[in-house]
Amino acid sequence: MLEVTDVKTGYGHAKVLHGVSLKVREGELVALLGSNGAGKSTLNNNISGIYKPFAGSIRFDGAEIAGTSAEEIVDRGLIQVPEGRRVFPNMSVRENLELGSYRRATPNRARNIDRVVEIFPRLKERFDQYAGTLSGGEQQMLAIGRGLMAEPRLLILDEPSLGLSPLLVEEMFALIQKLRAEGLAIFLVEQNVVQSLEVADRAYVMENGLITVEGPAQDLMHDEELRRSYLGM
Amino acid sequence: MDFLGISLPSYSLETVFGSAISGVFLGAIYALVALGLTLIYGVLHIINFAHGTLLMLAMYAVFFLWSVFGVDPYLAMLIVVPGGYLFGYALQRSVIGRTSHGRDEIILLTTLGVSIVLENFALFAFSANERNVQVPYDFDGIDLGVVYIVWPQIAALVGSLLITAALWCFMRFTDTGKAIRAVAKERQGARLMGINVEHIFAVSFGIGTACVAAAASLLAPTYAVFPQVGYLFVLIAFTVVVLGGMGSFVGALVGGLVIGVTEQIGRLYLGESLGLITISAIFILILLFRPTGLFGQRL
Repeated sequence: MLEVTDVKTGYGHAKVLHGVSLKVREGELVALLGSNGAGKSTLNNNISGIYKPFAGSIRFDGAEIAGTSAEEIVDRGLIQVPEGRRVFPNMSVRENLELGSYRRATPNRARNIDRVVEIFPRLKERFDQYAGTLSGGEQQMLAIGRGLMAEPRLLILDEPSLGLSPLLVEEMFALIQKLRAEGLAIFLVEQNVVQSLEVADRAYVMENGLITVEGPAQDLMHDEELRRSYLGM
Repeated sequence: MDFLGISLPSYSLETVFGSAISGVFLGAIYALVALGLTLIYGVLHIINFAHGTLLMLAMYAVFFLWSVFGVDPYLAMLIVVPGGYLFGYALQRSVIGRTSHGRDEIILLTTLGVSIVLENFALFAFSANERNVQVPYDFDGIDLGVVYIVWPQIAALVGSLLITAALWCFMRFTDTGKAIRAVAKERQGARLMGINVEHIFAVSFGIGTACVAAAASLLAPTYAVFPQVGYLFVLIAFTVVVLGGMGSFVGALVGGLVIGVTEQIGRLYLGESLGLITISAIFILILLFRPTGLFGQRL
């Protein structure tokens, strides 16, 4: 479904990714793990068309999307929920959700809003409040809800557990599992290694702009090297 | 009456009230010019120095539509408002957006450059002479007892109320309006929702220019057109924008009315030229107590 092949990119002269390849298949939950500064968000923003890779190919449903516009990528149903949520702070929860269907699934807006507030009842309580006044956890729910409004075919979640309390992190991973169970393909970018590996089908580990480890999540869970460098065990 | 050692003439309550009412009508015009400015500032964070020049061009358009084709200045709105939108959209997309590279100080200078070019074009093409649109209902109006109000003043007030309300509804209830508000605060998030940020910038600039074109139609029956006419309004419009709160439409309307009334009463007591000092006085006074303006969001 998503096929990233040998992508090299960076900012100006600073190279960040030195040839990254990975794949997400239909209905799969794939995790991309790595520490701060490994290049995970840079990869996401190249996939979403915010930046254009220097070299390499990004294919979605067989079509080359590297270097096409962010709008066209949204049209195709590849939706990113960005790191740091990036909700619209000056707009109500309702309006944030409405803009999730700005380009895609616009006719199904009312139905999808019902669906999102069913998944996140907390958003219903805050419906007419400005998004900027929500707590971090609520903003994360809103960001995911806004992403779901576009009826994604593949959802990229960039560090959804960042800055959440341990209880909310549990909730977040339960939700991710639930979405996956409904058949949605998810590309989960996380620093939270253990919990990500518990829910993912496959996983990649990125270090300094390169994929260093890849394989089924179960195998990575027992990978000695990974356990030592990430889990301190 | 004494004020800071200057003895002020004393007027009857009716006279002061009459001044205040004519100030409301003057303020409506300031508000109209300020509307477009505040929209462009609120979204693009551009201080648009070309705003007054765009007003001048639109006034010339209204004038020539009247003098060449005999189009009534109010009816001309149907042409100059869409025309202003297209002109503003193209100007942002092809000149301002392209040269700015996203840096505010370059945008500032670009809008200044655009205004110098357009103003000199107007001087060259239309000469510095003042021109007037004459309509048969110029001096008709209604007598409110304390003050006589002509129809063009009423049209300006009603027009600015309607346009403010229309803009407010547009920003609140349409997807494009919501996208404009989203882009104003969170560009990256907007891009990821498939909102074309460059397009939204140009749309905002276009709407700002359309507002100033509507203002031109409403001004034409009462004000002469000449290449520097924009400065008459735009300096005060800047004051109105800051006073009302940058980016707030309601702020622009209320700010315009406050300035209009202050100016008229100031003129009554302090004379035609010294009276203008009251604009700066009320401006400083309000900002002392509300640094983000009357309706500005907290910083």
